[in-house]
Amino acid sequence: MGKIVLKDIRKTFGDVVVIPGVNLTIEDGQFVVFVGPSGCGKSTLLRLIAGLEDQTGGHIAIDDIDVTDAPPAKRGLSMVFQSYALYPHMSVRSNIAFGLKMAGMPKDEIAKKVDHAAKMLNLGDYIDRRPGQLSGGQRQRVAIGRAIVREPKAFLFDEPLSNLDAALRVQMRQEITKLHQDLKTTMIYVTHDQVEALTMADKIVVLNRGNIEQVGSPLELYESPRNLFVAKFIGSPTMNTFSGPEAQRRGAATIGIRPEHMIVSRTDGDWKGTVSIAEHLGSDTFLYLDVPGVGPITVRADGEAGFHAGDTVYVSPVSARMHRFDESGMAFK
Amino acid sequence: MATSETRLAGRILAAPSILLLLIWMIVPLALTVYFSLLHYNLLDGYAQSSFTGVNNFYYFIKDPAFLTSIWNTFVLVGSVLVITVLGGIGMGLLLDQDIWGQGPARIMVIAPFFVMATVSALIWKNLFMNPISGLFAWVSTSFGFTPIDWFTDYPMVAIIIIVAWQWLPFAALIFMTALQSLDGEQKDAAQMDGAPPISYFAYIVLPHLARPITVVILIESIFLLGIFAEIFVTTGGGPGLATTNLPFLVYREALLKYDVGGAAAGGLIAVVIANIVSIFLTRLVGKNLES
Repeated sequence: MGKIVLKDIRKTFGDVVVIPGVNLTIEDGQFVVFVGPSGCGKSTLLRLIAGLEDQTGGHIAIDDIDVTDAPPAKRGLSMVFQSYALYPHMSVRSNIAFGLKMAGMPKDEIAKKVDHAAKMLNLGDYIDRRPGQLSGGQRQRVAIGRAIVREPKAFLFDEPLSNLDAALRVQMRQEITKLHQDLKTTMIYVTHDQVEALTMADKIVVLNRGNIEQVGSPLELYESPRNLFVAKFIGSPTMNTFSGPEAQRRGAATIGIRPEHMIVSRTDGDWKGTVSIAEHLGSDTFLYLDVPGVGPITVRADGEAGFHAGDTVYVSPVSARMHRFDESGMAFK
Repeated sequence: MATSETRLAGRILAAPSILLLLIWMIVPLALTVYFSLLHYNLLDGYAQSSFTGVNNFYYFIKDPAFLTSIWNTFVLVGSVLVITVLGGIGMGLLLDQDIWGQGPARIMVIAPFFVMATVSALIWKNLFMNPISGLFAWVSTSFGFTPIDWFTDYPMVAIIIIVAWQWLPFAALIFMTALQSLDGEQKDAAQMDGAPPISYFAYIVLPHLARPITVVILIESIFLLGIFAEIFVTTGGGPGLATTNLPFLVYREALLKYDVGGAAAGGLIAVVIANIVSIFLTRLVGKNLES
């Protein structure tokens, strides 16, 4: 079991309000990702759940038991840190066993659990080495192993992949997703990388300045963002937004259209513009256009379309995929 | 430019300073070795000196004061090391806490290190440990006890207290900076693992301090082997030989007995002992610094 309920959680550091008040329910077995720009309070929220920070107000319940004032170890959660936080003078085996040893578990039982975790994560080759002798990816695995052996109610991940190179990040991302499918344990994952959020999550929580902007599945956030912030934060490249005559014509303060929801043509269309930069990615080409009277627009074209800087192109937004926002930045239903 | 030429030019340019350093080291050592082989007393003058071979070494070692002084040296060094390392870790832990007035507290703790050895010895001798006018005497008499005459009854303990007081700040400073470099996420991880404070200290903090501890032991023992001013100012090596360490014994030979040959021999013996200790310690430290 691992149902986590946050009720009116507040956190202030002196006069600085980091989290003004958060209500959130995380169901058992869900993979929840907290995503937001840096300084949005997502790591603080995770540390509050872990018990590493004291909340200024509100309540936290795990499996319907109030743990608001419980110390971290009594909450039955495991955490994987950004810097891995392995104990440098202990072998991989002792690192993984440390939590169990502190819990006073008999030695042979610890050995069995550590071996099981090591087998699961393929740590066998370096189980007796020290963290200093391991690569970043291996250290990350050990940190995950340390979290697994305690058989927690939920795993907490604090930007665990941000210190890895791009290729390894993709691999570890898949491994963590696989781990979630195998263990079916609740996982809360903090990241500033929306690609990680979209690929891994069952449920994404978008945070901005300590407030929850929207909670939903990756597709929900992509297809119907609740406001401008979510619209611009989810999706890559960023959604194009316009205010002005184009928006007023459609009865909104701001309209938004994603680069992939526009039809590109050399001959005719709604807007005529010049290509200022063309990024060729092979499968796609991203065109950065200057459109007089509308503004700069990013569009996705085919990889083989063969546009180059200086070309004149016509783009037409697909009106069904258009997002409309009112003056306060909220989406029209 | 070719690397071999660069290297040659470098050697030529470095040569004068290396030569100077060599002379700086070799001349006093050679003179000491030379004097140690002479029967040379300052009262008779250099003209009256004569070659005696290893007699100076023989008499220095045979002198009952020699073994006593070696024992005293090790008692002094060992006790001060134990006190400063244990006390330093404790003070380091306290200073590492987030408390109000942390800055001034740190400066005050470090202050004794800046007091000259002779001055601090005099402060302790006259203001604290004096059996009539000292602070300790006042405290004892206030509670109705007989004041302790430190330098008569517990001379070595008194010297150890003074030297430990001087070196405690150094150890505390090193340990405090080491504690500050401990990764905060490791502390969080230990908390998540449910390590109580004592286990956290034993399994995480102490191993983290292994290196600074060896460094403190190494540096302090080099300086503590040569403690002289504190003894000279307070007890003068006495009562009897109670606080005579090796450096003080050499001083006695040279400047109280005017026996230059004996002092030189004693100095060389002290050098040998210091080297043995330092080789032993660097081995120990080297092992700790490697991993």
